[in-house]
Amino acid sequence: MWSFFHKLGSPPWLYAISGVILRWLLPATIMALAVGMVWGLLFTSPDFRQGNSYRIIYIHVPAAVVALAGYYLMAIAGAINLIWRMKMADVAMRAAAPVGAAFTFIALFTGAIWGKPTWGTWWVWDARITSMVILLFLYLGVVALYEAFDNKEAAGKACAVLSLVGMVNIPIIYKSVDWWYSLHQPASIKFTGDSTIDSSMLYPLLLMIAAFYALFTCCLLLNMRAELLQREARTQWVRKLASAAEAR
Amino acid sequence: MSAPGTFQFCARLLHRQLLLAVRRPIDIGNPLLFFVMVVALFPLGLGPAPEKLADFAPGVLWITALLSNLLTSDTLFRSDFDDGSLEQLLLAPQPLYLSVLAYMLAHWLTTGLLLAVVAPVFAVMLSLPMAALGILVTSLLLGTAVLSLLGGIGAALTVGLKRGGMLISLLILPLYMPVLIFGSAAVEAAVSGVPAGPYLAILGAMVCLAIALAPLAVAAGLRISIDA
Repeated sequence: MWSFFHKLGSPPWLYAISGVILRWLLPATIMALAVGMVWGLLFTSPDFRQGNSYRIIYIHVPAAVVALAGYYLMAIAGAINLIWRMKMADVAMRAAAPVGAAFTFIALFTGAIWGKPTWGTWWVWDARITSMVILLFLYLGVVALYEAFDNKEAAGKACAVLSLVGMVNIPIIYKSVDWWYSLHQPASIKFTGDSTIDSSMLYPLLLMIAAFYALFTCCLLLNMRAELLQREARTQWVRKLASAAEAR
Repeated sequence: MSAPGTFQFCARLLHRQLLLAVRRPIDIGNPLLFFVMVVALFPLGLGPAPEKLADFAPGVLWITALLSNLLTSDTLFRSDFDDGSLEQLLLAPQPLYLSVLAYMLAHWLTTGLLLAVVAPVFAVMLSLPMAALGILVTSLLLGTAVLSLLGGIGAALTVGLKRGGMLISLLILPLYMPVLIFGSAAVEAAVSGVPAGPYLAILGAMVCLAIALAPLAVAAGLRISIDA
């Protein structure tokens, strides 16, 4: 058990294990995305009020769910880096920020597309949309702060502090924009009590959420591997890897 | 000579910061001047009709106060970082948590407090109803304290960077938003005759939370910036 954590601190081991994970996870993700997309877009019945336009839910909701989860992942990785000085947590945090920003942007963009036919407007300043915009700003702030430092170790720690401050703030921001009259429907998937979404629509949605989580993990791992290679460019194992790749 | 106690140390820090501010009155004047000028821009942009201005006044005053606070937070630790006294502060035996709190208190006394005092004059110029002036001052007093504390976090994280000025706004503006929402909502409530108490209570809760947590982040940020 503990040796697993110790190995996590070793870049070559992490690089190797993430390669093995990706070899299985990447095809599985693509498969799940394809199945979920075809199921959701072609084989579910249209909504009785929104018609076919609701089908964007299969992109919009998963992207939004994962974007929020990604921020917590980033903040927790940052905290691990601050507390236990694990370098690989720093790599994970660094890799999560741009991916999370991209997912947030996807959620906002698909939300705007969905809003046009259903609400008749591209954009409204309602609670959830506004908090997603602020989430995007928080992600971009982390990216910008990281780039501003020349000393990358300090950059990682500073970003960790910033993302932890942001984590305290997300509930406050969410609650503070919540008192506005909201156009957004309340959450329809509940773990307790009945969902207000029909099960024929729910299952492809759940599949898409799982697929987006997997997609996020793939992007994160790919990003982390690139970051690892860049950081360790002068070490023996990266050189060995490079010469092996050249020989092929 | 024995080292001063923690309370005495913080009191001296506060005294020093205030003295520095008073000796350079332009630094106190600049944010106020900025506030005045930006407020004067709104009638030019929106048109001088009093009822329209009164509608926008709570938001305008609050956004302007927020921006003028943002402008000054960049300089909070800058000069002490440059001349090395920040490093001495980190080495001092007194808890950093309390000494950075003294810094931010001094910052609030020289920016937020003064802003809250002069704001009613400009509120009248924007034809905000007289009944709302008291709430405006109270909400600014509470809100700018939160802004100073949050601004300290941004200042601590960017103090070691050469081009921190633009970055700090990207970092802390998202954190300012809840304060803006409740601050302007309190004033708007007072204008429309609804009790503003709940909004002020939430602002007060934010002050308490920020006093408890922000110095931790500021202290961590300063340590990182000095190490870098």
